[in-house]
Amino acid sequence: MEFEILKIAELARLNLKPEEQEKLTKDLEAILGYVKKLDSLDTSKVEPTSHVLDLENVFRSDQAKPSHVRDKALEHAPLREGKFFKVPKVVERE
Amino acid sequence: MNAFLRFNPEYDLSSQPGVSPLFGVPVSVKDNICIQGKETTCASKILKGHVPPYDATVIERLKSKGATIFGQCNMDEFAFGSSSETSAFGPVRNPWDLDRVPGGSSGGSAAAVSADMTLAALGSDTGGSIRQPAAFCGVVGLKPTYGRVSRFGLIAFGSSFDQIGPITKTVEDAAILMNILAGHDSKDSTSAPMPVPDYTKALRRDVRGLRIGLPEEYFIEGIDPEVEKNVRAAAEILKRLGAEVKSVKLPHTAYSVAVYYIVAVAEASSNLGRFDGVEYGLRIPEKPLREMYFETRDQGFGREAKRRILLGTFVLSSGYYEAYYLKGQKVRTLIRDDFNKAFKEVDVILTPTAPTAAFKIGEKLNDPLAMYLSDIFTIPVNLAGIPAISIPCGFTSSGLPVGLQLMAKPFDEETLFRTAYAFEQETEFYKKNPKLDGEK
Repeated sequence: MEFEILKIAELARLNLKPEEQEKLTKDLEAILGYVKKLDSLDTSKVEPTSHVLDLENVFRSDQAKPSHVRDKALEHAPLREGKFFKVPKVVERE
Repeated sequence: MNAFLRFNPEYDLSSQPGVSPLFGVPVSVKDNICIQGKETTCASKILKGHVPPYDATVIERLKSKGATIFGQCNMDEFAFGSSSETSAFGPVRNPWDLDRVPGGSSGGSAAAVSADMTLAALGSDTGGSIRQPAAFCGVVGLKPTYGRVSRFGLIAFGSSFDQIGPITKTVEDAAILMNILAGHDSKDSTSAPMPVPDYTKALRRDVRGLRIGLPEEYFIEGIDPEVEKNVRAAAEILKRLGAEVKSVKLPHTAYSVAVYYIVAVAEASSNLGRFDGVEYGLRIPEKPLREMYFETRDQGFGREAKRRILLGTFVLSSGYYEAYYLKGQKVRTLIRDDFNKAFKEVDVILTPTAPTAAFKIGEKLNDPLAMYLSDIFTIPVNLAGIPAISIPCGFTSSGLPVGLQLMAKPFDEETLFRTAYAFEQETEFYKKNPKLDGEK
């Protein structure tokens, strides 16, 4: 299998150093080769498990409560302006 | 030993002797559990400077009983590892042999308890991260039933697997802590709304009539003969104490590691999407925004984190989702069914915690698959969501601790405590401590 590491890295929003790419590709191909052993099991009649507890529709009442989390959260932000997180421009002008 | 990343110099003055049950008791915490106002990093560069504005529910509960939140323990970065070597702050060492790993990912927690640097510690367990280091360091580690302990404030790795649990010197200490940690939390919708028993009442030296199962799939090629010998001897001791020991089958055991490294990494890649340099932690100042994300994540994550993010992204990506992720979830069902069937015949399943005792630092670091396979006996428990405990059951000829794993039905931690306590009190392995005079 051709594991397109740069395409996956792009999806994961991850730059990879050139020297990392080869080793990571090899590692991931080995792991994906190993997990292929699952193909020997017939699962056509098996339901998937996404969660082990038999809980469904866990609701709580929608009550407003005082919270000062905003100020505390902004205190350690990498960059802020007033009551906002500040980030670089999304679109640069040509 | 490099077991701690930070210490808390203060203690809670509102705690009162005679009133607060954990008055003055130093409890340390794995560095993926949020403490209000204290830097919490998951041993990762990407969370440098991350100071949570709230306490995890387990921290709140410990504080309410008067505990001193003492140290923040080193770990594998984001709990990704079985050796505590992937920490961005250097590897943790095993107090029984400083050239060896303490296990992982809660290696700092287990090493600190083993070396008497803290009375108890919290770890988290996604595929064995409490039990395997407890085994390698000769201490007690409990992975509760999924949903038994609130995950609120635990920085997520695999959300359908993660559980916080105690690492202690004795079974009784673990039971005392579980009385405090367990229970429903409205802040965690996956915590179970079930009553919590008094676990210390399960500490009776009596296993008469208890049915214990030995799964043949856990005594396989590749297991260290000294580990096997100690674990089989443990079964004999329990038999002598009145338990009934018989063979059980868990036929899909061999598929567990493969399922885990699909489903858990998929959850991890999704959970780690939030680390982007915007709201907290590290930011590499780049323009424009998109480049800031890519560069922050490149410089912030270590090698194993990148490996798992890439693998998880791949198995969830279009065209591969059904072949990998969905297939993994289906085999997870088969593994759960194995346990459901086995627990119709027995009350407890007894296995080794890990196939070997502690391995050398560096031995498996560059071979991810070999590292992953060291969790082969602990992973099935997380896939099924059942509780399991690791307790000391002897030593290898070179003096390294060997761990015994006991598993039980969902929410039957009491039977684990009862069995573990009877064995511990009979054998007293917990009384042996690592030598810490600086000489080898």
